[in-house]
Amino acid sequence: MIYQATQLVNFAQGALAMFCTYIAWSLITAGVPYWAAFFLTVIFAFALGAAIERVIIRPVENAPVLAVVVVFIGLLVILTSIAGWIYTYTIKVFPSPFPAAPLFGNKYMSSHEIGAIGVTLVVLLLLYAFFRLTPLGLAMRAAAQNPESSRLVGIRVGWMLALGWGLASAVGSIAGMMVAPIVFLDPNMMGGILLYAFAAALIGGVDSPGGAVFGGFLVGVLENLLGAFVIGNDLKLAVALVLIIGVLVVRPSGFFGKVHVTRV
Amino acid sequence: MKRLLIPIAAALAAVLAAPAALAQKKYDTGASDAEIKVGNIMPYSGPASAYGTIGKVEAAYFKMLNEKGGINGRKLNFISVDDGYSPPRTVEMARKLVEQDEVLFIFQSLGTGMNTAIQKYMNVKKVPQLFVATGATKWNDPKDFPWTMGWQPNYQTEGTIYAHYILKNKPNAKIAILYQNDDYGKDYLKGFKDGLGAKTSLIVKEVSYEATDPTVDSQMVQLQASGADVFFNITTPKFAALAIRKAYDLSWKPLHFLNNVSASVGSVLVPAGLEKAVGLISTQYIKDPTDPQWNKDPAVMAWKEFMAKYYPDGDLKDASNIYGYTVAAALAQVLKQCGDNLTRENVMKQAASLKDFRVETMLPGIKMNTSPTDFAPIESVQLIKFDGKEWVRFGEVMGK
Amino acid sequence: MSKRQLILLLLVLAAACALPFFISNYRIFQFTLVLVYSIALLGLNMLTGYNGQISLGHGAFYAIGAYAAAILMDKAGMPYWATLPIAGAVCLVVGFLFGLPALRLEGLYLALATFALGVSLPQLLKYHHLEKWTGGVQGIVIPKPDPPAFLAELGLQLNQDRWLYFFTLAMTLLMFLLAWNMLRGRIGRAMIAIRDQHVAAEAMGINTAMVKSLTFGVSAMYMGVAGALGAIAVQFVGPDSFDIFLSIVFLVGIVVGGLASISGAVFGALFIQFVPNIADSISKAAPWAIFGVFMIGFVYLMPAGVAGAIRIAVARLERKRQN
Repeated sequence: MIYQATQLVNFAQGALAMFCTYIAWSLITAGVPYWAAFFLTVIFAFALGAAIERVIIRPVENAPVLAVVVVFIGLLVILTSIAGWIYTYTIKVFPSPFPAAPLFGNKYMSSHEIGAIGVTLVVLLLLYAFFRLTPLGLAMRAAAQNPESSRLVGIRVGWMLALGWGLASAVGSIAGMMVAPIVFLDPNMMGGILLYAFAAALIGGVDSPGGAVFGGFLVGVLENLLGAFVIGNDLKLAVALVLIIGVLVVRPSGFFGKVHVTRV
Repeated sequence: MKRLLIPIAAALAAVLAAPAALAQKKYDTGASDAEIKVGNIMPYSGPASAYGTIGKVEAAYFKMLNEKGGINGRKLNFISVDDGYSPPRTVEMARKLVEQDEVLFIFQSLGTGMNTAIQKYMNVKKVPQLFVATGATKWNDPKDFPWTMGWQPNYQTEGTIYAHYILKNKPNAKIAILYQNDDYGKDYLKGFKDGLGAKTSLIVKEVSYEATDPTVDSQMVQLQASGADVFFNITTPKFAALAIRKAYDLSWKPLHFLNNVSASVGSVLVPAGLEKAVGLISTQYIKDPTDPQWNKDPAVMAWKEFMAKYYPDGDLKDASNIYGYTVAAALAQVLKQCGDNLTRENVMKQAASLKDFRVETMLPGIKMNTSPTDFAPIESVQLIKFDGKEWVRFGEVMGK
Repeated sequence: MSKRQLILLLLVLAAACALPFFISNYRIFQFTLVLVYSIALLGLNMLTGYNGQISLGHGAFYAIGAYAAAILMDKAGMPYWATLPIAGAVCLVVGFLFGLPALRLEGLYLALATFALGVSLPQLLKYHHLEKWTGGVQGIVIPKPDPPAFLAELGLQLNQDRWLYFFTLAMTLLMFLLAWNMLRGRIGRAMIAIRDQHVAAEAMGINTAMVKSLTFGVSAMYMGVAGALGAIAVQFVGPDSFDIFLSIVFLVGIVVGGLASISGAVFGALFIQFVPNIADSISKAAPWAIFGVFMIGFVYLMPAGVAGAIRIAVARLERKRQN
């Protein structure tokens, strides 16, 4: 998401999502009803994301790419550390908006997991519609792909980038709130997930959200099947690595990524 | 000869609990009339920063001691540094504490790999590496490493206790094991297998997980599919909660053993769901302050007061906080026994002569005992079973 | 190299030699680690700074080097100095082989593929079939090297820490000299050409794939040598020493020190060695937060790294003088 807007990998994304989920947790424990807390958090996440872009990222806009990556890493450790400091490291129970009883009595997926998939699909659809159909979405895409020309046609590129950050952060917070009931809330919550997200994005193609979902699915299924039946769990990650490289060598841009044509 | 006699005299004096009677004071680097410098290495940053709270609660404990006048009139200067849970930095920090800050000894450095990295250095330098915060077995080795001492019951012993329980009560068990793929998980596993002895064939399935895994769902499905009726759960709090919940959701109802590391009502069983944890068997040696049965216990109440006054940021649900409090109290006892003879040699000597010492936050019947050939202060644990509300102790105190 | 630069270099060198006689053993140990990290950063800088390939998993090669040295010393009883070339060679080969397929990937994909390498390596170290050699989760403890006997015969009394420092310093000089030679020569120019204009470079007859893989291999070799030296200095290797954060800290080091600059490696090494300690002394509650603030602060103030900032400052001074 932020990658699309800025062409950079954002290490801080997961930490941002984790932090927002803590905000939601605070709201809910303070007695705010779930959905109110949910939307408040999404709005807060949006504001936080946009603010971070304006305040922290903007000054290094013209610095080398890697300098910005370092800023991301800095953000990641700051957010993780502060969350641990404020909320301590004991795990917190994050409530689920969905009923506790499994849907249709099936054993393999809880209703929360089904609900979470539903929410993810809705968010994906909304994003798709936003980027394809609304003028603002189009302007954001334009600003991301070709800042110079966009500026010429009157798009305020700076604000578009901030907006992109805000959106990404908001989507991240939704992801955080969907994941938290499954894995419990703690400051390192998104660490493990981010790993898989990277792998998923790699296999699916970084610039295609649909591809990322498919990639995530593929990595998850393959990894667990291999873990269960072929090599045992203690080499799972290494196998995922071989897999990733294998895929990338065959299809350097992932399954769904656009093939970049380099021009001189 | 004189050099030898003095520590002995000091020891005698300490045993008689009459340190004032000692005419001559004796100090090594790091101790003086005014203070005792104690070093400590904790992962305040990095992947294990959750344990950093142990260092903070210990600092709070010594602050309390100092306000009450210190130990034998000396203040404790507790110098705690961060190693980020990375062995190279542990080595660096140990050297800083010993060579630059000139501490008398290092207390409660945390992590198996980290302590392994500095063990040789500490022993060459002859600086005590006291009550290390790890449950590995290797710290009880006074012959090769006379300057290193553990504290808590080690993981292997605990694993062995579960194995013996199974052999006795369920000799035809089919056992499934989930363990964390690191030194801690493998130590438990080894102790458990040693305990089973010739009967390791009872284990029908063992799977591991990484501390970076998001969940253990797929591992749990594999374990259930093995048809096991006994489940040994070697996991840290977060994964323990995940595993307990998943077993319940899968309607898998094995005889479920949970390692002591995660036997906390407040930080594991409540998140997992109390009704899902009924019937769990575990062991304990320290009272769980989140267990309602201790609500009126004077020691636990004193601990809560201490937390409120000296460490208000600390999480009362976190078992690490009562652990740190208890081990700090044990150190205070060792230093009290040292009297005015604060040499490194005497610190080790006194640490190795704890006799039935108890901190009241420990479970009834658990005592600390050490000797020159036994560097493992706590070697006994109590079997407990969860009844849906609190841990119920059953059977005798196990171990030495 | 101008005359002034040469004088400066000699001065720095003299200071580096004199240093261990004025500071405590503990500080010597810290500076030994700085030297080790500077070799590592130099290696990574070759790949990232000069060749434009981002690797998020170079800590893996550092780990391989460290383990190679530790295993050779522990199991084969090899003397410590002999393990360095082997550790380097092992990493060169592994790096080259990893580089062959991986370097077909474009920037971001390579970054993520190397990230995966960095993440999965500790798991490999714990793998039970390798435990015989790696010591599994317990790691390997190795002895500390003594200064060679001939020094004592010459009347030079060095303790272990000082000896190790000088040994590392010599290795660092050697590695820097090699790098300097290579980077300003044909290969170095080819590397930069690929970074800036790879299509043009290819058109000019540079075998881009070969140069890229080679760069990857050489940079892995630097990491390996650094890892071996680090293992000898710390006297211990274990899976916990080499988590993914190590790789990330290396990356931070080269950016803060200065990309595509040889001296930047030294500045970066100073940063990653000392800033975490400063952060820890400021706050026990959230040392990482302070570390993060430092990282961001450095990038704000010196977007081109410390080396870059110095270059700019010097250029400004010169201009002033000319006016």
